Amino acid sequence: MKSKTSRVFAATPIAALSIAGLAACGGETAANCTNEILKDDATQVSVWAWYPAFEQVVDHFNETHDDVQVCWTNAGQGNDQYTKFSTAIEAGSGAPDVIMLEAEVLSSFSIRDALTDLSEYGVADIAGNYTEGAWSDVSSGNAVYAVPVDGGPMGMLYRQDILDEYDIAPPKTWDEFQAAAEKLQSEDAPGVLANFPTNGRAFNQALFAQAGSTPWEYDSANPQEIGIEVNDQASKDVLSYWQGLVEDDLVSTDDAFTADYNTKLVDGTYAIYLAAAWGPGYLQGLSDTDPEAEWRAAPLPQWDEANPVQVNWGGSTFAVTEQADDKEAAAMVAKEIFGTEEAWKIGIEEAALFPLWTPMLESDYFRDLEYEFFGGQKINDEVFLDSAQGYEGFTFSPFQNYAYDQLTEQLFAMTEGEKDADAALDDLQTSLEKYAAEQGFTQK
Amino acid sequence: MTTQATELDQATSRKLAASGSLLVRRRQRWGWLFVSPFLLIFALFLIIPLGYAFWMSLFTSTLATGTEFTGLANYVRAFNDPLFIEGILRVLAYGAVMIPTQLIVAIVAALVLDTLSTWVSKLSRLLIFVPYAVPVVIGALMWSFLYSPRFGPGATIFDAFGLQAPNFLGPDTIFFSLVNIVTWQWAGYYMVVVYAALRSIDPAIYEAARIDGANGLQTALQIKLPMISSSMVMVVTFALIGTLQFFTEPVVMQSIAQGSIDAAYTPNMYAFSLAFSYSQFNYASAIAFSLGILVFIGSFLFLFLTRKQSGLK
Repeated sequence: MKSKTSRVFAATPIAALSIAGLAACGGETAANCTNEILKDDATQVSVWAWYPAFEQVVDHFNETHDDVQVCWTNAGQGNDQYTKFSTAIEAGSGAPDVIMLEAEVLSSFSIRDALTDLSEYGVADIAGNYTEGAWSDVSSGNAVYAVPVDGGPMGMLYRQDILDEYDIAPPKTWDEFQAAAEKLQSEDAPGVLANFPTNGRAFNQALFAQAGSTPWEYDSANPQEIGIEVNDQASKDVLSYWQGLVEDDLVSTDDAFTADYNTKLVDGTYAIYLAAAWGPGYLQGLSDTDPEAEWRAAPLPQWDEANPVQVNWGGSTFAVTEQADDKEAAAMVAKEIFGTEEAWKIGIEEAALFPLWTPMLESDYFRDLEYEFFGGQKINDEVFLDSAQGYEGFTFSPFQNYAYDQLTEQLFAMTEGEKDADAALDDLQTSLEKYAAEQGFTQK
Repeated sequence: MTTQATELDQATSRKLAASGSLLVRRRQRWGWLFVSPFLLIFALFLIIPLGYAFWMSLFTSTLATGTEFTGLANYVRAFNDPLFIEGILRVLAYGAVMIPTQLIVAIVAALVLDTLSTWVSKLSRLLIFVPYAVPVVIGALMWSFLYSPRFGPGATIFDAFGLQAPNFLGPDTIFFSLVNIVTWQWAGYYMVVVYAALRSIDPAIYEAARIDGANGLQTALQIKLPMISSSMVMVVTFALIGTLQFFTEPVVMQSIAQGSIDAAYTPNMYAFSLAFSYSQFNYASAIAFSLGILVFIGSFLFLFLTRKQSGLK
């Protein structure tokens, strides 16, 4: 598919430039492990991951394995880590053996021949431990590029105290959602019902997917072909709905994940936080939370209440890199590190992760877990388990970062009133088709 | 006889010259030894990476079809790339506003401090210089909080006058918000350069001017400024190069104003996004090199045009 020699050759300067940087972040040698290696003679597998409380999970793995030990490094969160990984791929060295990747970027790395196809390493044995949607997110055709870890089935977190004050019932449909926003505005509430971030990326994508949008058609078995359809009627309808809310000032349009946004999430400016299952963990991690706040969780509003559609926002996996020395051992780590009840109890209780591993997902323990943050509500049972079971999977593009950047630009142009929802999505379609052609893809 | 003598003289002088040049060459050899550590580092960390980057820019790699040698095609593409051209025009617009602003602030501050000689002037000099001592990233982060509609002092100040605070991060206002940060950061540094030049002027000249009846403003405009023109050329050159390479401030501000600052806001940011976000290392090298060439031409032209003032001629 690609000429390996010229690639390595052309990448040497990056290697030269990045030796110092990468050596500092580590990943290859034992000396750079964040955790303690318990058995010195065992094969070491280096892992990059940014899960909260991950050290305890690593320790648990190392205690229970004699021949393989995990050497863990936190190489930054999300794009910070991807930048380092991307540089290591160009350089041909410096990548870890196992790496935490969000499901949405798997294709972006597999197309660069950076990830090992795990189907050769007995990954089929554990496929039964994951839901179909979760498994389809890590597979492309017959290839499996990662082992799922946590997911982001979407739901709606809301402030019971605020909705009660204005006598609003938690909306079950998007029509009710709009009515609730109008009521809040007509009563001169100090905040708004919710926020529509133009840089929501996977969040915006999930909203479109809920209405039936499947923008990408891509299979790594046939990597030069791609189907793009971001301006379908379903997406246009969804975006027109939000454009209406934005124009009437029924929702705000703050950039997500900024300090302003974080403050507004917890100080009551937004009455509703449309969130993934990791949202409660995110909220709890923010400072200056309003002590009076009464948070509750409910299912995501639906377009058609009779036929609910579940979508996913975020979620991560463990992939084995092509640079791994001992792929067998690396694949074993990817499969087993989050493959026990003990590891998952740490993940759930300390890090607020949402498991995709079905023995835990379907356990009574997880279903009956009561969350103090939600006033003792069993949010998994009431909201997120249905959402996770109903999720059918999603195909992302091999240039997802570019696609997201373009989406952000178009949505921003729309909220600034430069164009309407239809034009924004049509322009997005044009720019993505042009990019795909430049990158040598033929379009289906 | 005479001819013989001349021949002898010539032979001696030739021998002398030969031994002399041998001495010079031997000395030169030692000289090379002394500069070799520098040359080694210079080659290792500047020439070789630059050469490799140029070599890389001659290839084209796409996601679907792999890498192939395409010669200068990436450069043709770069100078026809609307995103790159827009970025260049944007940084030029920044230069047109930012450089004069910084220069005026720096010169006025330096001239005022030059006429004072109390402890107030020492303290003010330090205070004006302090922003430069703050790391660029920290400075930009700090301003991003000051601009924030929720945490920033903007709302409070405008409220006091019964006005609505402007959105400092909107697509139209972000330009001036960034100009403000850069001016805040660099004016103090340029002030120190200008101030040092002013201090090196012989005070006897001022005395002569005073005797001739020049007032303070006349002294400043007609004596001080022309005498420090070479420092000012240096300051403008620094500012010009810095502006064309504009990167850190918009990158930091991007995290709070993604709509207003896109991935190709400045040419440097474009090269960075191409390489690390879209994994197009080859095209990114071409963009970076093209920018380098433009910066070189720009600063060369500027130095050529101001060769009289800078004393380089």
